[in-house]
Amino acid sequence: MSLVVRDLRVVFDTPKGPVWAVDGVDLEVAPGAVLGLVGESGSGKSVTLRAIARLLHANATVSGEVLWEDEDVLAMPPDRLRRLRGAEIGIVFQEPMAALNPVLTIGLQIDESLEAHTELDTKGRRARALELLDLVGIAAGGARLGQYPHEFSGGMRQRAMIAIALASSPKLLLADDPTTALDVTIQDQILRLLLRLKAELGMGLVLVTHDLGVVAQTCERVAVMYAGRVCEAGPVASVFASPRHAYTQALLRAMPGEGARAGAKLVPIPGQAPRLDRPAQGCAFQPRCTVSESACETRRPSMETDGDRRFACYAEARL
Amino acid sequence: MNKGTWLLGRLAQIVPSFVFIGIVVFVLARLLPGDPVSAVLGDHATDATVARITAQLGLDRSIPVQLLHFLGGVVQGEFGTSIAYRIPVSRLILERLPATLILTGLSMAIALALAVPLAFIAALKANRWPDLLIRGVFQVGLSTPIFYVGLLLLTVLAAWAHLFPVGGYGEGWGEHLWHLFLPALTLALSFAAVLMRSLRGAVLDVINAEFVDFARAKGLRARLVLGRHVLRNALIATVSLVGLQVGSLLGGAVITESVFAVPGVGRLMVESIFARDYPVIQALTLVLAVFVSLALLATDIVQMWLDPRVGK
Ligand SMILES: Nc1ncnc2c1ncn2[C@@H]1O[C@H](COP(=O)(O)OP(=O)(O)OP(=O)(O)O)[C@@H](O)[C@H]1O
Ligand SMILES: [Mg+2]
Repeated sequence: MSLVVRDLRVVFDTPKGPVWAVDGVDLEVAPGAVLGLVGESGSGKSVTLRAIARLLHANATVSGEVLWEDEDVLAMPPDRLRRLRGAEIGIVFQEPMAALNPVLTIGLQIDESLEAHTELDTKGRRARALELLDLVGIAAGGARLGQYPHEFSGGMRQRAMIAIALASSPKLLLADDPTTALDVTIQDQILRLLLRLKAELGMGLVLVTHDLGVVAQTCERVAVMYAGRVCEAGPVASVFASPRHAYTQALLRAMPGEGARAGAKLVPIPGQAPRLDRPAQGCAFQPRCTVSESACETRRPSMETDGDRRFACYAEARL
Repeated sequence: MNKGTWLLGRLAQIVPSFVFIGIVVFVLARLLPGDPVSAVLGDHATDATVARITAQLGLDRSIPVQLLHFLGGVVQGEFGTSIAYRIPVSRLILERLPATLILTGLSMAIALALAVPLAFIAALKANRWPDLLIRGVFQVGLSTPIFYVGLLLLTVLAAWAHLFPVGGYGEGWGEHLWHLFLPALTLALSFAAVLMRSLRGAVLDVINAEFVDFARAKGLRARLVLGRHVLRNALIATVSLVGLQVGSLLGGAVITESVFAVPGVGRLMVESIFARDYPVIQALTLVLAVFVSLALLATDIVQMWLDPRVGK
């Protein structure tokens, strides 16, 4: 395994009290593998990615274990951490408009990453920057390098951000919804690009997305998150074909895309998103679950392993 | 619209503002109590002399003609003759201006050198002891009158410790800087306090921005993240404040120059007011107003340079 996350927990200290945003997440990514991370809004996907790269702020308390090639990321000294970020693990943020610095040219924002992690000289870095823009499908790269983020369209910004994240050829890319701002064709291009890089460079990929169709197309394994926890994980095909957590099943029925059974009617998940400031005693999904039993309310189901499948659901057998 | 045309537009704006300032100065001079003729002649002149001087000063002509005459003179750098010094006002001001420019420039440099690093420290340690200490000290600086701070520095550093001269201006650049250091420091303290507060707030706003996290995610050195990504965005909010502060800086120079006996235009202003030297007061008001507008222009240019979105 290149990335192993064990029992990752993130508590935010807010003026209104603690928020348990990530509550015991386990993940594994093999070298060059693609892991899909899905779950509804607020389930803790972005916070998980940021915790892995240690990007959370002082109001977050992170515990658990993040191992990168057997090295403890949470204990890395600043120098080592700097090399890890960018050079070994690249991150694509969810909102490209906010992630790009509005007062620096795209060229500089690519260049500084190359300067930090490669031995290239000015000319070499410029050539590499052009190559990167070309790679993510930004034409006329030379002129584009001198432009500022506000001169880019939404899709362009997203691609520029991906180019920056890929600048120094990381071994693992944490991509937080990298295709949201893009139309379907471009979305497809970007996903193809990521898959090609994975194949060519052996780059691993953690792909956060709301689109189960994308997961079905691109990922080998998937982890489903609910209320800061992974409720089910396993190979995409078998998880989508026979979910073993009530939430996964509800998600598949609620979301369009190739993940859902073809021809089936979409069924929205009833109720409201769980409150993270007051963790449930039992299963967090229980209040919205249509197949729950009495145990679900009082005791948290523990994670069970069956071959390459993992799930934490009492109703698993009845799904 | 590109930056060139934006700048041209901004420059075009400044011309009518200068004309407006000229008119205001002209009107103000006419609203001042006492009249220039008796200021020149004293109270016991004959009617014939009064008439002669009135004609000499051009005061017998109609107000619009006087205004045009005044504005015409201003354009040619002609402000009349000082009543107290009996030399051309323009020469007098040119003699006194360098001291004030060095003083305000130096104090601005000191203020920036103090405020920028301290604002960063305060923001990075927000609400912990370094922040509280820095803010506390500046709060005291901000609420103490300039002349008092000046006297204090003068007593301690000049009179007791003999580290600096007690006053004056000296000969040559080195001496000028040495003589003007204490007055500049005095002037800088309140400016630095305002600057520090604004910049600290701006840094706090920027430091949690996504693009700062993204810069960290790229594995950049902390120094680069702060010095490039944070500082540049934080400065945009603060730069306009610097421009606005030039006015009060010049106002502070009037007091500081008096306390430290610096032969600048600030002290000249005070002297001229006491001497009712109207031509000098008029010209100085105009010159200072022009400086403030130029400072605002400079601010806009710096802002344009810092923020690519300006002028779009
Ligand atoms: N800095 C923070 N302070 C307090 N709470 C936070 C902070 N950042 C995130 N949270 C909370 O943590 C929870 C998980 O957020 P996260 O952004 O990881 O969700 P997500 O799964 O990425 O959602 P989406 O699909 O909408 O991107 C949310 O309830 C959010 O409000
Ligand atoms: Mg998110």
